[in-house]
Amino acid sequence: MTSIKMTVNGKSVEKEVADQTLLSEFLRENLRLTGTHVGCDTSQCGACTVHVNGKSVKSCTTLAVSLDGAEVTTIEGVANGELHPMQVAFNDNHGLQCGFCTPGMIMSGIDMVNRYKASGQELTSDAIRHELEGNICRCTGYHNIVKSIQDAAAKM
Amino acid sequence: MYSTTYHKPASIEDAIAALNGGEDTKILAGGQTLIATMKQHLAAPSDLVDIRAIGGMSGISAAGGALTIGAATTHAEVASSAEVKSLCSALCDLAGGIGDPAVRHQGTIGGSLANNDPAADYPAAILALGATIKTNTREIAALDFFDGLFTTALEENEIIVSISIPVPQKAAYAKFPQPASRFALVGVFVAQTDDGVRVAVTGAGEDGVYRHQGLEEALGSNWSASAAAGVPISPDGLMSDLHGTAAYRANLIGVMAKRAVAAT
Ligand code: FES
Ligand code: FES
Repeated sequence: MTSIKMTVNGKSVEKEVADQTLLSEFLRENLRLTGTHVGCDTSQCGACTVHVNGKSVKSCTTLAVSLDGAEVTTIEGVANGELHPMQVAFNDNHGLQCGFCTPGMIMSGIDMVNRYKASGQELTSDAIRHELEGNICRCTGYHNIVKSIQDAAAKM
Repeated sequence: MYSTTYHKPASIEDAIAALNGGEDTKILAGGQTLIATMKQHLAAPSDLVDIRAIGGMSGISAAGGALTIGAATTHAEVASSAEVKSLCSALCDLAGGIGDPAVRHQGTIGGSLANNDPAADYPAAILALGATIKTNTREIAALDFFDGLFTTALEENEIIVSISIPVPQKAAYAKFPQPASRFALVGVFVAQTDDGVRVAVTGAGEDGVYRHQGLEEALGSNWSASAAAGVPISPDGLMSDLHGTAAYRANLIGVMAKRAVAAT
């Protein structure tokens, strides 16, 4: 067991965890932040995507102990009084059906928009599809997810 | 996952001490393979030694006609590096095509090389570019480094510190990804270097990454897609699995070599 301290959604948390605890388990079971979903648990589906120090990672393939001192943002932390523009865009563009993949899609969407904006590249619909390689949705056929991210990119 | 003890040393000395201190220790560099392997119970190290907090382990620099990339540099960092882009953009393309964005934020070049997965992308680049792998004890030429499936010249508990890559005259990588895993079903890295043309193939060889002599000879005398297309590629010694037969892979080697040359 190791005691770790990190900032999750702006709040400082300190917990004792077994060294093999995954970040996804830590968030869901220790912090009860169940918005981060575990779909495959094998690094394929992206439902578990969160941000660590501002970058998207798969929380099912990250050890919580390795993140002592890190800043973690989950789907619960992106709205700031009102919904994040990415959340609004998913709502407006019917970017979800069952919603299981949505937390990961939103976290990946925000990450890609931030990266493309920082490097001054245009986030085309082709680029969005390419960027979504690690996020799987069994319902929507992706079309409205791509539209949602493009819509949000224009507003972020 | 079975229980394990995590260490995060701040120096090579402390890392070596931690590695020698455990029963079955493993180095953690990005975890994108190791953690998945531990979850499947295919690995159950008693101790994990995370090398990412060691000073100087990550970062990219260029000097004297070579690029030096720290072992703990992530694929995303290589893919977006302006220095790599200007000196060897093929490496940016390769790094930017590994896995997916979230995997690229964590996976590292040192981890990929030490693991030597027969379908990984980096081994092809490192072999074709004639890179040198620097460890805590010595320097290993890429030619002597890869030693069959998931096997390298690294000794027990030897730590890769950085990779030094001579800047090529021309280079490109073409990959046919296995659609589910995004690993290379076949990947071909072509490079024109100061010591001639080198062509390295990943994803296909039964013993992992290898150089293709026929393609090297053809491209050495005529650097063109049509020269690559004229080379007969034997399926002998190539992998066959549910994703593709040896003959299918042999055909893909020719196609990827052509595409890579055409992209330079
Ligand atoms: S649960 Fe992590 S990628 Fe599917
Ligand atoms: S909306 Fe159901 S999995 Fe994507």
